[in-house]
Amino acid sequence: MSRRPLIREVPPSTWFFRHPRYLRYMAREVTSLFVGAYCVLLVIAMQRLSAGPIAWQEFLAALRSPASLVFHLAAMAAAFYHAGTWFNATQKAMPLQLGEDFVPGAYISGAHYLVWAVLSLVVLFVAGVI
Amino acid sequence: MKERLVQLDVLRYNPDTDTEAHFQRYEVMCQEEWVVLDALNKVKESIDPTLNYRWSCHMAVCGSCGMMINGEPKLSCHTFLRDYPGVIRVEPLTHFPVERDLVTAPDDFMEKLKRVKPYVIAKQKKPVEEGEYKQTPAQLMKFRQYSMCINCMLCYAACPEYGLTPHFVGPAALTLAHRYNLDSRDEGRKERMEVVATKEGVWECTFVGACSEVCPAQVDPASALQQLKIVGSIDWIVEHLLPGGKP
Repeated sequence: MSRRPLIREVPPSTWFFRHPRYLRYMAREVTSLFVGAYCVLLVIAMQRLSAGPIAWQEFLAALRSPASLVFHLAAMAAAFYHAGTWFNATQKAMPLQLGEDFVPGAYISGAHYLVWAVLSLVVLFVAGVI
Repeated sequence: MKERLVQLDVLRYNPDTDTEAHFQRYEVMCQEEWVVLDALNKVKESIDPTLNYRWSCHMAVCGSCGMMINGEPKLSCHTFLRDYPGVIRVEPLTHFPVERDLVTAPDDFMEKLKRVKPYVIAKQKKPVEEGEYKQTPAQLMKFRQYSMCINCMLCYAACPEYGLTPHFVGPAALTLAHRYNLDSRDEGRKERMEVVATKEGVWECTFVGACSEVCPAQVDPASALQQLKIVGSIDWIVEHLLPGGKP
């Protein structure tokens, strides 16, 4: 008797609807688009700054528009979510063994959150916000 | 003992007569503390002897009875009926060809497992008279978690990367490569990294993390793969960016 196995193809564009864990993964990936878009915005800001004071003031005015504010809020939420998923993952990628035992994963991820918070405060301080 | 009528929707496929798979409904009286495998055994014994599936140990050790239960990769001997109040949908593991009913073909996984050389490689074997290869408890703990893999292939069924790009070496095989790379008695890391640190190897992984969520032995393949990415990156930097560097 010859083998005639049944091959079941994975739907290439809808597979992530099969389980909530795949949707969580896609959410992590999609939030990176906002992070990327904000990086592009920073590059544009540099370009506007180098173009002179009038261009810079126009750029600042554009940032205050309702659409820009909505984008910034969305980008910030996406960046928080995206960063959180990776900080939570650091305990898997960088386990720390002391003797026979491993440091609890929460400490490793927690250390990343702590450094993130401290660096954010430093940036806000340098920017004169606090 | 408390009993209830359990309804199972089982995916059937007969390669001699079918071109497509189809679901078949079975209803059996089961004891509440039974597992899905017990219900399948009862179906086979009392209703339909033609139903095909694999199992062996009935204690979550052999890794034979992996199947999709309500869409989730599970060991059927470790999945209790009491956790499934409604109709239970039972299918063969996804991402693997179906030989017959719930029996899948593990050939691809077995070939990939061989490629990563999942055994201790010693450049020079010690004569028996010199005694055993000694290891401290700390050296053992470094890889112990990853040695718990039972080759059940649930992680392959959960991994969308493997489903979409079947050339991916996959979670279990890469995890076992990492397990032997971490073993203080082993000297085969360089040979394994030729398979591991490639596009088909660890770089095909996009860290969905499903492998670790479904692993019945708490091996956490996702952690092994992320650690392998770091090892592979350091090797590349040493080899390509440091003068005279060899990983």
